[in-house]
Amino acid sequence: MKNYYKIPKIFFISFILINLFLSNLFAAGPDGNITKMKFSFDGIFGVIDKASARRGLQVYNEICAGCHSLEHVSYRNLLDIGFSNDQVKEFASQFEVTAEPDSDGEVNMRSAIPSDKFVSPYQNDNQAKAMNNGAIPPDLSLIIKARAGGASYFYSLLKGYEDPPEDKELSNGYYNIAYPGNVIAMPQPLYGDDVEYADGTEATMEQEIIDLVSFLTWTGQPELNDRKSMGFRVFLFLVFMTSVLFLSYRKIWKKIKG
Amino acid sequence: MSNIKNGKGIIGWIDYRLPIFSTLQHTLVDYPTPKNLNYWWNFGSLAGIFLLIQIITGIVLAMHYTPSVEGAFASIEHIMRDVNYGWLIRYIHMNGASFFFIVVYIHIFRGLYYGSYKSPREVLWWLGLTILLLMMATAFMGYVLPWGQMSFWGATVITNLFSAVPIVGTALVEWLWGGFAVDNALLNRFFALHYLFPFLIVGVVILHIVALHTHGSNNPLGIDRKGPQDSIPFHPYYTIKDLFGLSFVLTIFAAVVFYAPDYLGHPDNYIPADPLKTPAHIVPEWYFLPFYAILRAVPDKLGGVIAMISAILILFALPWLDTSKVRSATFRPIYKKFFWFLLIDVIILTWVGGSPAEGHFILIGRLATIYYFAHFIIFMPIIGIIETPKPLPNSISEAVLKKPIKDGT
Repeated sequence: MKNYYKIPKIFFISFILINLFLSNLFAAGPDGNITKMKFSFDGIFGVIDKASARRGLQVYNEICAGCHSLEHVSYRNLLDIGFSNDQVKEFASQFEVTAEPDSDGEVNMRSAIPSDKFVSPYQNDNQAKAMNNGAIPPDLSLIIKARAGGASYFYSLLKGYEDPPEDKELSNGYYNIAYPGNVIAMPQPLYGDDVEYADGTEATMEQEIIDLVSFLTWTGQPELNDRKSMGFRVFLFLVFMTSVLFLSYRKIWKKIKG
Repeated sequence: MSNIKNGKGIIGWIDYRLPIFSTLQHTLVDYPTPKNLNYWWNFGSLAGIFLLIQIITGIVLAMHYTPSVEGAFASIEHIMRDVNYGWLIRYIHMNGASFFFIVVYIHIFRGLYYGSYKSPREVLWWLGLTILLLMMATAFMGYVLPWGQMSFWGATVITNLFSAVPIVGTALVEWLWGGFAVDNALLNRFFALHYLFPFLIVGVVILHIVALHTHGSNNPLGIDRKGPQDSIPFHPYYTIKDLFGLSFVLTIFAAVVFYAPDYLGHPDNYIPADPLKTPAHIVPEWYFLPFYAILRAVPDKLGGVIAMISAILILFALPWLDTSKVRSATFRPIYKKFFWFLLIDVIILTWVGGSPAEGHFILIGRLATIYYFAHFIIFMPIIGIIETPKPLPNSISEAVLKKPIKDGT
């Protein structure tokens, strides 16, 4: 038994080292004023709340989609958050896309089908620029992953609109405490009661923002629920296998260590 | 197994003509290994496993990836969303690179502590450093492939370093780019080379193992083996120990892959590359941060590049910069302290490299850089001369029998 003391030390050191690498020490922190929030998808067992994500789609579709595209998501993906086949078909059919050339070589429009990607509000980047003072509104597919602070940042941003301090000159933009630099080109999008939820939930500003965060977390990480449940099983297996291998190691080495 | 030697059976028939089986038997089964290796010796085989993980996941990713500035970013999202378990394969590859570096850095620091670079293992050490250089090139080019903001701007910053070369600098950079800007030509050649380099690494790893097996593993005591009583066969003793270590590290790896897959990355790389918009802070991946800090510590561009390259090249001279005849720091009271100072210094450099180059970070970065070089150029040669090592044990088995070796302290 005398060599057992060796184990904790190296585990301790590797634990410290790995924590060091995983710590925020080296990560770029967000610049603005951010409220740290708890969401349904946080933590080891946290999953995306599908009902909330479905409401979030409604917020996206009725408020955000006027300016922001969702180019990496297909309509068929909506099946993952609990829409039925028919609902997805119906939802897709309200959008128009350029059809493939027909037998005469004419290019017409057709209504979208589930395998199409979410239709962009713009024909092309130049149109997006022309309609928005020269800046393209960011695509929202990956917005939660693509911002330091993630979901909490996004939440704080949508809640962060305030009257500017008196010494602040705002020539082209709006004052937002969460946005790096505090001047954002996007006007406040949500105030509460911006949508009438299909499932009857009261559309407070807080509710709309949380639903939108659920939806956009799902568009950024559609694998999140699968990943976490698989991860837990893999982790349990590896802990078991590590224990078995450790005991085998002790047994085999008994001859050497005495 | 006995068939191998007497030439009977299919295995024996083949081995008589091409000795692959007896080579494997010698390398992975019989290989006599010091009986006193501690857990820090696990990291060599771990590095080999992570290299394999990277190659296997990388080949699968290459089947679905599009190397073009228009298609690269979207093809990564295609992998993450539409390819079966594509997210898993990509997250393993992304984080596998980080773990490969963690494991290799620990492996290198183990070599520094136990004097594994000293005679007769100098060439073994050089081959290891060559692997490190190839890994860095591979990782850098791999990070460019998703063509996100950090990919693009990281590639821009690093390739521009070559413009510091006198006279031919600009021509050299344009030759690297294959044009006049970081664009499609660069992305394509980086993809081709990112696929090639891992196999070069495999080649050097084989040489590394051949060199290792020529004189055998070093050990925590740093003394040569006196006879068969000091050795045990690699299998089953070290195969089981390596498997246990592997399983332990894979458990941590799985925790990161499944629960914090983007933690080691930068959020800006989920924004498609935009040549007209520079990110607020351009930072490389964490494993380059110490070198990035050294690069920025020198106020002159060419000087910074030379310092950064020297930070690794100086390690090639270690067998001669270290003037002590004793290998293991266990018996070197002064060097042991300086080893830990060096480790702290590298951690400080990592921290500075990840912070904006402003205010007190500039001063800390410069001091840490000076200390890094002073450790190798000044302290190591002097310590070897002035230090009185503790008495070495007569043999490994004697030390093992007497008392458990307190390694690492």
